[in-house]
Amino acid sequence: MKAIFLKELQQFFSSLIGYIAIIVFLLVLGLFMWIFPDTSILDFGYATLDSFFSIAPYIFIFLIPAITMRSFAEEINTGTIELLSTRPVTELQIILGKYFAALLLVLIAIIPTFIYFYTVYALASPVGNIDVGGILGSYFGLFFLGAVFVAIGIFCSSITSNQIVAFILGVFLCFFIYLAFSYISQFGIFVGKNDYLVESLGLSAHYDAMGKGVIDTRDVVYFLSLISLFIFLTRTALSSRKW
Amino acid sequence: MSIKVNGLSKIYGTQKAVDEISFEVNKGEVLGFLGPNGAGKSTTMKILTCFIPHSSGTATVCGHDTTNEPLEVTKKIGYLPENNPLYVDMYVREYLEFVAGLHKLGKITQQRIDEMIEVTGLTAERKKKVGQLSKGYKQRVGLAQAMLHNPEVLILDEPTSGLDPNQLVEIRSLIKQLGKDKTVIFSSHIMQEVQAVADRVIIINKGKIVANDSTENLQNRIGNEIIVTAEFKQNIDRGLLGTIKGVKSYEQLKDGKWNFVAEGKKDIREDIFNFAKEKNLTLLHLNKEEYSLEEVFKQLTR
Repeated sequence: MKAIFLKELQQFFSSLIGYIAIIVFLLVLGLFMWIFPDTSILDFGYATLDSFFSIAPYIFIFLIPAITMRSFAEEINTGTIELLSTRPVTELQIILGKYFAALLLVLIAIIPTFIYFYTVYALASPVGNIDVGGILGSYFGLFFLGAVFVAIGIFCSSITSNQIVAFILGVFLCFFIYLAFSYISQFGIFVGKNDYLVESLGLSAHYDAMGKGVIDTRDVVYFLSLISLFIFLTRTALSSRKW
Repeated sequence: MSIKVNGLSKIYGTQKAVDEISFEVNKGEVLGFLGPNGAGKSTTMKILTCFIPHSSGTATVCGHDTTNEPLEVTKKIGYLPENNPLYVDMYVREYLEFVAGLHKLGKITQQRIDEMIEVTGLTAERKKKVGQLSKGYKQRVGLAQAMLHNPEVLILDEPTSGLDPNQLVEIRSLIKQLGKDKTVIFSSHIMQEVQAVADRVIIINKGKIVANDSTENLQNRIGNEIIVTAEFKQNIDRGLLGTIKGVKSYEQLKDGKWNFVAEGKKDIREDIFNFAKEKNLTLLHLNKEEYSLEEVFKQLTR
């Protein structure tokens, strides 16, 4: 698995995908956070990173499928899947190798945003007057969100040999899981507490919950379950290709 | 034995790509897989390398079953797939390091990579990206990755496809060299190649084995007739040729060039020579044709 992990990383950075992903992410985020007047923190006046955490998921919805779209689709397309499958590695090892490489890329994209954290911290009056707990929780939430999207993206890549299809499917699924459930729960057709249940099927509910600063095991379990589900589905997709 | 296949079948929908084939390959043997396109050669190889599962029957490599023990099987196999898929963005060395990592070669990685680069003649190209290499060199990279972990069994799917004549000679001698202590299965369309390199030949047609024998035996089996081509300077009267002893039939090819079919297995070259001497004819060309593997192939796969 380590060999595959390293190879994927190397491929990300030799083919520009890695660099572009990180640069685009930080650029768009930076523009929204500091330059565009509507959402800029400087104009807003309050020492909070809320705009960052509310925008970042949407950027992820497009960016992460773009990173993961080639993970399996390209291998199936070029036939290198035959090379991988005839080695003494299990399917799970292949999937996890690719998963962790993509996850590392997401992490590398997020880490530079700590500068924003520090900036707002320093700009606050008095210095340090920001909700550190909430921000740390939000970072965890964002990381888990990214982790789920990576799993979804890799799954979408494994069910087609066309990278564009993988991308579009990935965007759609990520979007659906993030937002759809909270919209559905607002229809007003559910009895009693059921609308709350439906909403908690969606990612945004758990992401917001983590953003409050409390790492609730329910949220962690939710994220981990989703990740496991999609990795399992990916493995099924890979096996079924052989039949 | 190294490889044992018993009643192996692979069915795609209603089509039987591989139809209950059985064969064995012993350790240290070089087996040539011969067959028209779509005969089932690649499918059989993909089953042996655990890439696709079979529909029925068993396939065993070095004592390990391909269905139950794929990890054990893939450790012992080196595989060069059809179309030689490669990661074009990686450098040669990088790619081989990746493969070494998959096989967990550990400390001996660099040494093995150096050996493989030398054995496959990649020394001059080792600093390039795989995508920048010409087809012949790409093929060599494919061979290098197949041999890197020193497997007991090598399965090569059309290893010489697309190579120029010089490269062909090199790769063939490499395969023959490898065959000395490894078990090698390779597939090909080129009969001369199989004739030259393989110890044994299996001819597959439409998913079934139609011949399974050593290269010599196969030729002798089908080749019942000995044909001698003779060219005389002068034009000869048909009737005269009937006097040559041991000749079953003869046929004019062009002017003074004739094909003689011998009775039984007699070497009639001497008789033809004596005939020419007797009648004061100038013999320009005398050649004994052996029934080539190509003829065998055509006959069996009609």
